[in-house]
Amino acid sequence: MALVDLSATEQRAKLNAREVTAVELAQAYLARIAAKDGEIGAFLRVTGEAALAQAAEVDRKRAAGEPLGLLAGLPVAVKDVLCQQGELTTCASRMLEHFRSPYDSTVVAKLKAADAVLIGRTNMDEFAMGGSTENSAFQPTRNPHDLTRSPGGSSGGAAACVAAKMAPLSIGTDTGGSIRQPAGLCGCVGLKPTYGRVSRYGLVAFASSLDQVGPLASTVEDTALLMEAIAGHDPRDSTSLPVESPKFSQTVNQPLKDLRIGIVPEHFAAGLDPEMEAAVRGAIEVYKSLGAKIVEVDLPHGKYGVAAYYVIAPCEASSNLSRYDGIHYGHRASEPAVEAELAAERAEALARGDKAAAEAVESTLVRLYRRSRTEGFGAEVKRRIMIGAYALSAGYYDAYYLKALKVRRLIRQDFDRAFSQVDLILSPVTAAPAFKLGKLVDDPLQMYLVDLYTVTANLAGIPAISLPCGMSKSGLPLGFQLLAPPLEEERLLRGARMCEEKRKS
Amino acid sequence: MPDYTTIIGLEVHVQLATHSKLFCGCSTRFGAEPNTQTCPVCLGLPGALPVMNAEAVRLAVMTGLALDCEIPAYTKWDRKQYFYPDLPKGYQISQYDLPLTQKGRLEIRDDKERFASKEVRITRAHLEEDAGKSSHDEAAGKGDSLIDLNRTGTPLLEIVSEPDLRNSLEARAYLDELKLLLTYLGVSDCNMQEGSLRVDANVNLHIETPAGKVATPIVEIKNLNSFRAVERALDYEAQRQFREWEETGKKLGEAPKTTRGWDDVAGKTKAQRSKEESADYRYFPDPDLAPVRTSPEQLAKARAELPPRPAELREQLTREHKLSPYDAGVLVNLGRPVLDYFFAVVAKCGDAKAACNWITQDIQRTLKYRDREFAELNLPAERLGELIALVAKGELPTARSREVFEAMIDSGDDAHSVMQQLGIGAVDESELIALCQELLAANPRVVDDVKNGKQQAIGALIGQAKKKNPNADPARIRELCLELIAKM
Amino acid sequence: MAVSRQDVEKAALLGRLLVSPDELEHLTAQVAEILAYVEQLGEVDTTSVEPMAHAVELVNVFREDKVAPSLPREAALANAPHHNEQGFLVPAVLGE
Ligand SMILES: [Mg+2]
Ligand SMILES: [Zn+2]
Repeated sequence: MALVDLSATEQRAKLNAREVTAVELAQAYLARIAAKDGEIGAFLRVTGEAALAQAAEVDRKRAAGEPLGLLAGLPVAVKDVLCQQGELTTCASRMLEHFRSPYDSTVVAKLKAADAVLIGRTNMDEFAMGGSTENSAFQPTRNPHDLTRSPGGSSGGAAACVAAKMAPLSIGTDTGGSIRQPAGLCGCVGLKPTYGRVSRYGLVAFASSLDQVGPLASTVEDTALLMEAIAGHDPRDSTSLPVESPKFSQTVNQPLKDLRIGIVPEHFAAGLDPEMEAAVRGAIEVYKSLGAKIVEVDLPHGKYGVAAYYVIAPCEASSNLSRYDGIHYGHRASEPAVEAELAAERAEALARGDKAAAEAVESTLVRLYRRSRTEGFGAEVKRRIMIGAYALSAGYYDAYYLKALKVRRLIRQDFDRAFSQVDLILSPVTAAPAFKLGKLVDDPLQMYLVDLYTVTANLAGIPAISLPCGMSKSGLPLGFQLLAPPLEEERLLRGARMCEEKRKS
Repeated sequence: MPDYTTIIGLEVHVQLATHSKLFCGCSTRFGAEPNTQTCPVCLGLPGALPVMNAEAVRLAVMTGLALDCEIPAYTKWDRKQYFYPDLPKGYQISQYDLPLTQKGRLEIRDDKERFASKEVRITRAHLEEDAGKSSHDEAAGKGDSLIDLNRTGTPLLEIVSEPDLRNSLEARAYLDELKLLLTYLGVSDCNMQEGSLRVDANVNLHIETPAGKVATPIVEIKNLNSFRAVERALDYEAQRQFREWEETGKKLGEAPKTTRGWDDVAGKTKAQRSKEESADYRYFPDPDLAPVRTSPEQLAKARAELPPRPAELREQLTREHKLSPYDAGVLVNLGRPVLDYFFAVVAKCGDAKAACNWITQDIQRTLKYRDREFAELNLPAERLGELIALVAKGELPTARSREVFEAMIDSGDDAHSVMQQLGIGAVDESELIALCQELLAANPRVVDDVKNGKQQAIGALIGQAKKKNPNADPARIRELCLELIAKM
Repeated sequence: MAVSRQDVEKAALLGRLLVSPDELEHLTAQVAEILAYVEQLGEVDTTSVEPMAHAVELVNVFREDKVAPSLPREAALANAPHHNEQGFLVPAVLGE
């Protein structure tokens, strides 16, 4: 079996047993990337040289008997939305095409401290806005299972690189399903932690109250390993939970006893692809066979999740993206071109004899902002900025933003009630397997509805995991999702591992 | 000409005296090279997150308490959104509907009683971050502006008054009292030159017309660089608004609120070009910051730790130390260190009036003359107390006390050694009587003059007495001479 | 609430974006469709429901007032599109 076919946990054992070196492992992945990524496009940049140097350092430390971190020698791919000192951090946007971060995000710092080998930066929807990775300003990413289809998004590169065995472990972010949906569509495992469990410091914000960083991997065990390395309280993030983080890798193989799993009848209503439904019901059967009790639960406000999400997320995004103005960093439009454009507008107004219009032409500074941002952002980002600016503007705040925040609380209360009856909730993660590239590009609303099963976990701040449960006849991965109460990632991982183990046997 | 009342409300921004910025560890020190006190957080770099400075919140709560504000149990942080080059995030973290403190008051008074003491209501005092500075950089060419973000993220307390002020005198008194309070609390250095204290004024007029009272549109005045500028601008603006009302008849509500900048050289307010969009700040709660809950216990503790306010100190000085309100005011205005000095002097000598006179007159005069700060005064409070006590006991003639005082400052010695060096001693009463008898015997004409009712003739003897004995107290010489002549 | 072209133009100004005349119609329709979908929130009875602005209900998260090192100026200005080694340069700020 080739090195890249092993799980990260298996590779770790080989590294520890000195059967393989970190440099050999890194070389194996770099070779795999060189062979495969041309057609997939999961990476925006492969940092081969730095990765090999890091790997060599791990090997040196090991030889010298120095203490090693949890991920010592394991390659990790990082979504291009987490700042890494001295590296480009583009968020797949023209706006930040040349932005080199002067600091490390906490997650990147933790990976470095864990002696991980940072192998490259993965593609995504621009500023994590989208569900197909087609909103990247630089390239689309293709689904390794079918190159004509999307890997999902926004962490499409993160999921595709794991699915194509170009990295054993990868870091994604999830604001409305951006880890779980691509994991589902690419057939890997993806965990969105409890809000506040993993630091957001250095994560370029999309919607601050929804964003979470999380692990993607090919097995639940590997997911637990990576989660253990990145979780924990961070005093630099005011929304980071001041609690100890468990050693997930040490408990993931312990099955849960007397497991009660909740299912929501509405989740299996019209709109769910029959093959997908069958696969998810198959997962339910797996749990039944393991002795779990299946309980119907009610999440009455779940159906408003997408609506609430598409108010809250654009409102926060419109504000978070105000900093990209081309003044202090980021793309700036050509100043002479802006001057010329304004002069032409004034001249045109004067030629019409409209003096007032000529005087009303905006200042160079205002137009420079507008032109820079218009050039720097892609269509979806601009759409969301405008929706957010509109929904927060005078007269609309209560009807949109405040209303959405209230519905958000009801959604959270639904979960609290449901989790008083069950340990985990099981649901589809997407309504259908991977869709064709280009299919939803200019239909934003349909694209938003892709998040149907995933957004409520973000709104409620609870952890959720997506994992495979079969393949469609046409060879596309099918997946399902488990949700748990806040801070119960350990339960989630152990529960997911039970299914994974049973399905393997 | 109809009567009108000027209606004034003030917005004061003060920089809080923290070491580090509101959301990051960058220094708040003034005067550093441009852009040397910035980090990912205050540069608004992608991914950077704010964490609230506890000291800024503590100082803001303390100020709120000192202004008799309510401190709500729950407060939160909001984003005020607008684009400006000195605002790197595209929003300012501030407070919108739930400020840290609200509904307070500040009493203002005038020593010269040009207006009656009154209470000015405080609408709110909320915490927010400062913006950076933009300056026109001719050297850079093309008329570009240079942006310095050192100040970005410095904690500011915005103190908003109700429109309770009626003229520039009251506005000045409000600012003086507010500054004094902030200085006594130690929450800000209130240095206007360095921008630690900034004032915006909202002004309009209520005009009595035969048809009833008419209000003019509200004008916000900016660029007020000193308290004197505030006074001048308010006086100017009241007259300007009245003229404008006479010309246009525009009333409140018929024209939008406008902003005018004060031009100190021209002595005029000038219309400012309005921002290019209708101000729509799209406030919403900052998702990056946790709200603040203040418990009654925390508040009680903060209240107990609140240092005495200037108004309380003035009251203490008049009640306990029997100083006149005027003296108490002058003393408190000199600041906390001087006041502490005063208390130490009184503790030593027991004479508050004398201590007040020495401190507010002699010490101030000598500092001014020597061009020194109070902190550089080479005279510990105990020594001044001793000097006052020596005078009171009659051991040091009043006539020579100033001379001793100056010598003490020059030499750094105590009163006793200085008196020894100068040969100053108390003069025995019998010695004085003998001196007076000798003088009267030598000057029969003076005696005659006095007997004939010309008491001022004694003056001629006093000079001679001082020559014979420099320690002789002129007042006592005068008294003794008159007594002796009466007995003749 | 029907969304007009003027609303979209105003939102574009607030967000400091430009919408060309030929994009305006398409964009207005898209924004209108999304907002129409969002209007279903109106069905939910939210009387006496507290808004939930944060996913976790933390309060009183503070840091100590301690000075930490700043970035070297070179690093602070490194990503600036236009600077003079001392500060960020922008076209003249009007008004003040
Ligand atoms: Mg303010
Ligand atoms: Zn800073």
